[in-house]
Amino acid sequence: MSADRKADIRPGRLTAEAYAAHFADHVPPLTDAQALLEASRCLYCFDAPCTRACPTGIDVPSFIKRIAEENARGAAETILESNPLGGFCARDCPTEVLCEQVCVRNVQQGRPVAIGRLQRFAVDRLMASANNRIFERAPSSGRRAAVVGAGPAGLACAHALARAGHTVTLCDARPKAGGLNEYGVATYKTADDYAQREVEWLLAIGGITLQLGWALTGADQLEGLCRDHDAVFLGLGLADTHRLGVPGETLAGVVDAVEFISALRQAPDPGTVPVGRRVVVIGGGMTAVDAAVQSKLLGAERVDIVYRRGPQHMRASVEEQNLARIRGVGILHWLAPVEVLGEGGAVTGMRFARQQLGAGRLAPTGEECVLEADMVLKAIGQRLGNPVLAQCGLALREGRIAVDESGRTSIPGVWAGGDCIAGGQDLTVDAVAHGLRAARDIDLQLSIARTRSGK
Amino acid sequence: MARLDIDFCGIRSPNPFWLASAPPTDKAYNVERAFEAGWGGVVWKTLGEAGPPLVNVNGPRYGALLAVDRSLIGFNNIELITDRDLEVNLEEITAVKRRWPDRAVVVSIMVPCREDSWKAILPRVEDTGCDGIELNFGCPHGMSERGMGSAVGQVPEYIRMVTAWCKRYTRLPVIVKLTPNITDIRHPARAAKEGGADAVSLINTINSIMGVDPDTLTVSPAVGGEGTHGGYCGPAVKPIALNMVAEIARDPNTAGLPISGIGGIGSWRDALDFIALGAGSVQVCTAAMVFGFKIVQEMVSGLCAYLDAKGFSGVEALRGRAVGTVTDWSHLDLNRVSKAVIDQDKCIECGRCHIACEDTAHQAITCTQNGRRHFEVKEEECVGCNLCVNVCPVPGCITLRDLAPGEIDRRTGLAVSARRLEWTAHPNNPMGRRS
Ligand SMILES: Cc1cc2nc3c(=O)[nH]c(=O)nc-3n(C[C@H](O)[C@H](O)[C@H](O)COP(=O)(O)OP(=O)(O)OC[C@H]3O[C@@H](n4cnc5c(N)ncnc54)[C@H](O)[C@@H]3O)c2cc1C
Ligand SMILES: Cc1cc2nc3c(=O)[nH]c(=O)nc-3n(C[C@H](O)[C@H](O)[C@H](O)COP(=O)(O)O)c2cc1C
Ligand code: SF4
Ligand code: SF4
Ligand code: SF4
Repeated sequence: MSADRKADIRPGRLTAEAYAAHFADHVPPLTDAQALLEASRCLYCFDAPCTRACPTGIDVPSFIKRIAEENARGAAETILESNPLGGFCARDCPTEVLCEQVCVRNVQQGRPVAIGRLQRFAVDRLMASANNRIFERAPSSGRRAAVVGAGPAGLACAHALARAGHTVTLCDARPKAGGLNEYGVATYKTADDYAQREVEWLLAIGGITLQLGWALTGADQLEGLCRDHDAVFLGLGLADTHRLGVPGETLAGVVDAVEFISALRQAPDPGTVPVGRRVVVIGGGMTAVDAAVQSKLLGAERVDIVYRRGPQHMRASVEEQNLARIRGVGILHWLAPVEVLGEGGAVTGMRFARQQLGAGRLAPTGEECVLEADMVLKAIGQRLGNPVLAQCGLALREGRIAVDESGRTSIPGVWAGGDCIAGGQDLTVDAVAHGLRAARDIDLQLSIARTRSGK
Repeated sequence: MARLDIDFCGIRSPNPFWLASAPPTDKAYNVERAFEAGWGGVVWKTLGEAGPPLVNVNGPRYGALLAVDRSLIGFNNIELITDRDLEVNLEEITAVKRRWPDRAVVVSIMVPCREDSWKAILPRVEDTGCDGIELNFGCPHGMSERGMGSAVGQVPEYIRMVTAWCKRYTRLPVIVKLTPNITDIRHPARAAKEGGADAVSLINTINSIMGVDPDTLTVSPAVGGEGTHGGYCGPAVKPIALNMVAEIARDPNTAGLPISGIGGIGSWRDALDFIALGAGSVQVCTAAMVFGFKIVQEMVSGLCAYLDAKGFSGVEALRGRAVGTVTDWSHLDLNRVSKAVIDQDKCIECGRCHIACEDTAHQAITCTQNGRRHFEVKEEECVGCNLCVNVCPVPGCITLRDLAPGEIDRRTGLAVSARRLEWTAHPNNPMGRRS
């Protein structure tokens, strides 16, 4: 690092009070009175549009009516029956593009019923109650299943299989279970260690052995799993990220956004997490928004999201873009990375080429610009990046695992779901839906097998 | 500007809004504040005999039925008549009336069903300078167990007798307050008229139990673990009161008898209902107990604006205008046909109309069209029952359309007749006159 110009990346930019305020619940829980009032806005729609819009098909009008009737426990039962991770989804679902987008109250009152917040209210009530168990495990079936990946897809699958009486081994490469619930989703959506509390609640169903620090790295391991179990579910998520592929990518201060967020999620105190004074985030999705907003919350002075296409092409919803702007993040469009600029091995800025759409294709206009930066966060998408899967003979599609409508892969006895499969929405709730769908199919296959074998 | 002042059986007041005999009119302090706020009159909290006053319970005496947003739907009480000394009340009434000569001050009375009791109290009340008396034959709890209140109001002969005593011992206008805890309200009203009453007022409260505490499994509200039935009032009782008012207004035996309408009045709209069905003044209790005295200003403003907008010269011009539209079921025109119509521009596609009609009415509303979510009335099934109109969350989205004579009713395949057909003349009526 050169002596004359030092990149300004450091922790402790704010007071302890500011950190505490910045990383608290960004949507506060509803009080009893608020929940009752909000619940009374639900019309108990016939064939409710909100339920259809929920990937896990939660019976929204039923659970909301139960809240209105002061039966929060019954409400939580309705929710968790369809989605055992309903507590987490209530916190991180982009409801504005799911259930709440289609709520009929939008049309009439310009404001949907706050389904997500009500869902959280009900599940929180249950979790805080003296007896928060609602599911009973079926008698042991004597069948064994292996679930690789303890993210939302794997957790949902393992829970449903265990509930059906099967014995489950749940493995994950990381030191903690939860997947991106634990390592990825924004801090202010998961306050109070909710991810771990939920994992504990899920595992308490019994019949699940959690094996952490176990990575699937060889084809022989998958073969072994298949040999020792009646079914295998892969919920591996996307372990790798895309590279920028421009000069300067290895300079100090160029950081993967997912890793940056993961470090923040794991830090016992956000005040210990280093952040640049000026941060440039490359990308246009949820990860870019989360990385940018959290950089700002960590005390970065100037944060810009830079995206190579227009606002309408961003994967982050309009609400998320607005959230970013409200938190003081700038969003620049039509700029593609050309080079990361550095001095003495550290980032000083980044050069971009202005883009335009010509005949549906992105092309440079010839104009260039430079943004100063101490830190560059790369959020240009994740990918499977696990060579083992192809080696095992798993059919892939669009770089992810190909499955049928029940979640079956090309290898008999192996199911998959969540971000690692092709055709999903890359959302927590979608991963849960995949896990449950596979569990239903596995359970069905195992009971058919049992009937056949007369056991 | 329409005139709001009224002359109700000789009692004049600057507007038709009176406070009913109840806690809001319990003492001079309240009544002074009520008059300052603009109430046209009060019926003083019911007085009892001279002597040691009554005692109320020292625990919860009120209960309520609340909506989810805690707006009050119904209200229940087990309060008795005044628990203050008769002399104090009489002095206060005298002073208040002297200070507010333009306001109506009516005194409510309930004494045992003996002639000497009424003979003793009436001159004392008259001496206060008040404008009239109201006989409380309605209180359904406590007092009725002592042979007063609704115990009198439920026996027409007693009503006739006591009313006659009152007419004998006072020159003041006598208003008889009726209890709704009776099968046919016309009988006590007729008895009051026969006894010489100048007017009737109704309704008093309805026997009620509010519910059970799910933890203690005692009725609620409870006094030391026990409760009793109380009197129900507030918005929930308005339709019951309106029916009773209308019954009296259209009964030839009581035609022309002034009616003071009471029960669930909280806005000018409620007052309009009572006045159009025959009431010459209206009385309010619960709404004042929920919102305070100021609400009378909203009622006055709303009623004025309505009368002006519709070109009525005053309250009297509106009074009774809807009475002629109330008839017996057997006289309704069975040849009229209506069909529900959904305004697709207003529909928010909640599906409530569909499921209500599908599950509990006539299977007359679609839920899809060409595979799309779509709610539309199937006229060939619709009987025009109005259920969907009532369950739709969007005002004006579903309406009933009256079919014109000659138009084909797609449910029956028959043309709508221009002729009137009442049940009394219907071919299916075994007792009917065949035509
Ligand atoms: C920064 C960020 C923010 C997000 N925010 C939201 C949000 O607000 N709302 C929302 O709905 N979605 C959000 N998402 C998306 C959401 O987190 C994912 O769609 C969801 O977590 C996918 O679940 P999964 O179970 O498929 O994978 P993951 O959650 O990624 O879990 C996969 C698990 O598999 C393990 N694993 C991977 N490879 C191996 C291996 N070889 N051997 C053993 N274990 C392995 C991993 O350690 C991990 O625990 C966000 C994603 C990111 C990156
Ligand atoms: C707490 C309470 C006490 C009442 N006390 C009397 C009373 O002493 N005398 C009487 O004639 N009516 C009494 N009533 C009945 C009211 O005058 C009135 O008839 C009834 O409440 C219906 O009107 P509302 O719906 O506006 O409350 C009482 C009502 C309440 C709520
Ligand atoms: S669409 Fe809205 S109003 Fe209808 S059931 Fe769902 S939450 Fe309730
Ligand atoms: S009026 Fe009655 S029958 Fe006709 S559509 Fe409505 S609910 Fe059905
Ligand atoms: S109840 Fe009203 S808003 Fe709802 S679907 Fe029917 S017509 Fe539309």
